[in-house]
Amino acid sequence: MASKDSDPGSEAPVPSALKILVAGGFGAGKTTLVGAVSEIAPLSTEEVMTEASYGVDDLSGVESKTTTTVALDFGRITINEDLVLYLFGTPGQERFWFMWEELSEGALGAIVIADTRRLETCFAAVDFFERRGVPFVVAVNCFEGAHRYEPDEVRAALSLTPQTPVVLCDARQRESAKQVLLSLVSKVAERVTA
Amino acid sequence: MQAHDEFDPGEIHHGTSRRDAVGGFGDDPGPEEAGPLVRPYVIAQGRDHADTVQLDMISVVIAAKRAEVDELALEPEQLRILELCRKPQSVAEVSAHLDIPVAVVKVLLSDLLNRGLALARAPYKAKSPVSRDVLQAVLDGIQRL
Repeated sequence: MASKDSDPGSEAPVPSALKILVAGGFGAGKTTLVGAVSEIAPLSTEEVMTEASYGVDDLSGVESKTTTTVALDFGRITINEDLVLYLFGTPGQERFWFMWEELSEGALGAIVIADTRRLETCFAAVDFFERRGVPFVVAVNCFEGAHRYEPDEVRAALSLTPQTPVVLCDARQRESAKQVLLSLVSKVAERVTA
Repeated sequence: MQAHDEFDPGEIHHGTSRRDAVGGFGDDPGPEEAGPLVRPYVIAQGRDHADTVQLDMISVVIAAKRAEVDELALEPEQLRILELCRKPQSVAEVSAHLDIPVAVVKVLLSDLLNRGLALARAPYKAKSPVSRDVLQAVLDGIQRL
């Protein structure tokens, strides 16, 4: 447990924090899912991120770094007096990959929300977490009016390994969002046991 | 903590109750509407990350209970941070509640840490794997929701 920053001494204990990322395309239901389980209404903050940009007419292959301000929505679940879990909704588009890098640092795992009307919007996030070895689950948000797919159909469409859980959910419902979180944390726990 | 006459603590509670306004307080500029583009970097006194304590977005901060606060030595925003952090808050929460960019919050906070006015706890990191006990606690906590 990392607590090098300060010595609580006789003070009240300061809880330690964990984070889970919630990735998905625009409108896939990231903030909805965060809000369904968060004990606070989702908050929004802005973080300045460093972005290595590769220009199309860059002849020498030199990378230039620029900074971008990105809004992040997040929620909080107090686990106990010693532990707080934060859920960060992260923009799913591929052009935000630089941000996932910073955010996934130290993350317990990730939830990729799949919108079956636009499944391709979560390809980039799936690729990223697979490459990074960040444990993740795919939550298929069942929108009203959208065709219902079986988890195996989604698994095949996203070329997921059999070990990657695919959960159907309604991101608006707390019980449903809880099941998504539980499947992720269970998966992380399996890896620890193994 | 004592002596906070320089600002109105009610303001924070007001802000907290409005926190579902995504983007924070945009429709309610409040009393300190003072040029949001410039002001944050002025209150951080032009310092960059060089002299700041390593703080993460989810480092959890709490105001030191017994510390004597010399109000004149602090920025008004730092007093607001101390007020807010009577309960443990992450850097991200402080940023969202006070509508100050994360990078600026880190600078203001690290000054408070160096003065012994606040305590921070670093988050779990992937490099120090989370133990089974902690994961079980997380599972139990989610179940209880």
